[in-house]
Amino acid sequence: MIRVTFTAPDGQATTIEAEDGQSVMQAAVAHDIDGIVGECGGAMMCATCHCYVDAAWTARTGGPSPDEAEMLEGAAAEVDDRSRLSCQIRLGPGLYGLVVHLPEEQM
Amino acid sequence: MTPAGTVIIGAGQGGLQLAASLRQAGHSGPVTLVGAEDGLPYQRPPLSKAFLLDGRAEALILRPAAFFASKDITYLPGHRAEAIDRAARTVTLHHAGGRRVLPYDHLVLATGSRNLVPPLPGADTALGLRSMVDARALRARLADARRVAVIGAGFIGLEFAAVARGLGLEVAVIEAAPRPMVRTLSAPMAATLADWHRAQGSVLHLGRAAAEVDRGVVLEDGRHIPADLVVIAAGVRPRTELAEAAGLEVADGIRVDGRLLTRDPAISAFGDCASVPSARTGRHLRLESVQAATDQARLIAARIAGGAPADYAALPWFWSDQGACKLQIAGHAGPGAEDRVLAPGTVARIDEHGLAAIETLNNPRTHMAARRHLSSPPDGDGALLDRIIAA
Ligand SMILES: Cc1cc2nc3c(=O)[nH]c(=O)nc-3n(C[C@H](O)[C@H](O)[C@H](O)COP(=O)(O)OP(=O)(O)OC[C@H]3O[C@@H](n4cnc5c(N)ncnc54)[C@H](O)[C@@H]3O)c2cc1C
Ligand code: FES
Repeated sequence: MIRVTFTAPDGQATTIEAEDGQSVMQAAVAHDIDGIVGECGGAMMCATCHCYVDAAWTARTGGPSPDEAEMLEGAAAEVDDRSRLSCQIRLGPGLYGLVVHLPEEQM
Repeated sequence: MTPAGTVIIGAGQGGLQLAASLRQAGHSGPVTLVGAEDGLPYQRPPLSKAFLLDGRAEALILRPAAFFASKDITYLPGHRAEAIDRAARTVTLHHAGGRRVLPYDHLVLATGSRNLVPPLPGADTALGLRSMVDARALRARLADARRVAVIGAGFIGLEFAAVARGLGLEVAVIEAAPRPMVRTLSAPMAATLADWHRAQGSVLHLGRAAAEVDRGVVLEDGRHIPADLVVIAAGVRPRTELAEAAGLEVADGIRVDGRLLTRDPAISAFGDCASVPSARTGRHLRLESVQAATDQARLIAARIAGGAPADYAALPWFWSDQGACKLQIAGHAGPGAEDRVLAPGTVARIDEHGLAAIETLNNPRTHMAARRHLSSPPDGDGALLDRIIAA
């Protein structure tokens, strides 16, 4: 199990135990985290799984792929250099304790 | 009397979303989600893509079992709705243990669609692809198939063909129309995709109707395409029989108004099974997509939760993954739209109301720009087309 913390725009944090190999989006949806929609199921088609990786973690998650960056251009909330599509972040032991911040809106 | 609450028939993409959205919208009344299939609600799109390769059913589950308890949603899997009594406001369910009559204050039909099986001799020996059960059966057969034939070159047929060809199988696709995806895609984009499939080594038999399934497919001109696995992907029909029997209006889908209500104010319908007026053209449209099912679910949830949402007007969008081809469509064009190739892999579709849709291949940036623009054109269609051509 991988511990992941989601911080809502109002500062409220929710910590969940995700499965190794799940994407951050899948883990969020499975735990009904308000703020990650994941409408396309991880096909990188919807940009409703936008999140901001906490600055302490961006080196370990890496940045978006070129296609991911293009999809992010259409995300509803502001995109910055911590922005990722959470369906493209795969959880593994190297991300134990990951912290991501949720955007104001997804659609 | 305790309220009977909201009863949702169909626990697919739309039904599950509606149950979830009702709680997100703050609705606290009883919610019952009724699904004919066993197990938890799951996503269908991966069934013709990733799932055929990896078989990871658990990755397709939309919400874990704990979700229903934590949100106080009653989930009834393995229950098929058989009849609606509109006067009594009840719905009769059939399940392994017998029958059950459930009262409702508001009933929502999210029954989806079933695959169309053309009346061909031998069609019962072919496989279809709509449910998890179908996909499992197909995956099992793929393991020892060598030659496959696909009847129907729509999205699902071609997605399956791409997977089978990727596994090294011989693939033949049979399509009665002169080009693939004739109902949904522009001619130039369809030609680009057809070329890609041919380059992969799939054989496309276009403009040839299948006449029989018999150790392969017999074409109407008598030719025999041998195959040890035949898949029929010839389109779908909305599941409307419950609505029809209850006297609701049905015309290629359950007719609803802009608020997704049938003529009975206690019954809504949406998703694959419903025919919804288009905000752009006013014509009724039945959309078969995750986006339509989920956006429509959110509108109904807002309405039931006490909001007064405006008429349904979300921009339709679609995708299809066929091997290396990532096709994205923003908007919806009916038949008869004019096609304009803006750049290689980018096609605009224009109808009498103006720009209807933009199709892109492996170009998410343009897709997202088109989606934004078509949702609320800030500066007219011409400006968008110019920007896309210039990009
Ligand atoms: C193989 C495949 C690939 C697809 N790929 C894509 C894609 O890439 N992109 C995209 O946008 N869309 C895709 N789709 C379409 C998308 O899955 C549907 O548009 C979407 O699921 C529609 O949601 P829905 O809730 O209306 O119906 P469904 O998700 O089909 O759910 C309907 C449910 O209702 C149940 N039901 C029916 N009648 C009854 C009854 N009487 N009582 C109880 N339950 C009942 C059914 O068993 C079913 O589970 C694909 C579909 C398939 C089959
Ligand atoms: S879930 Fe759709 S882009 Fe991530």
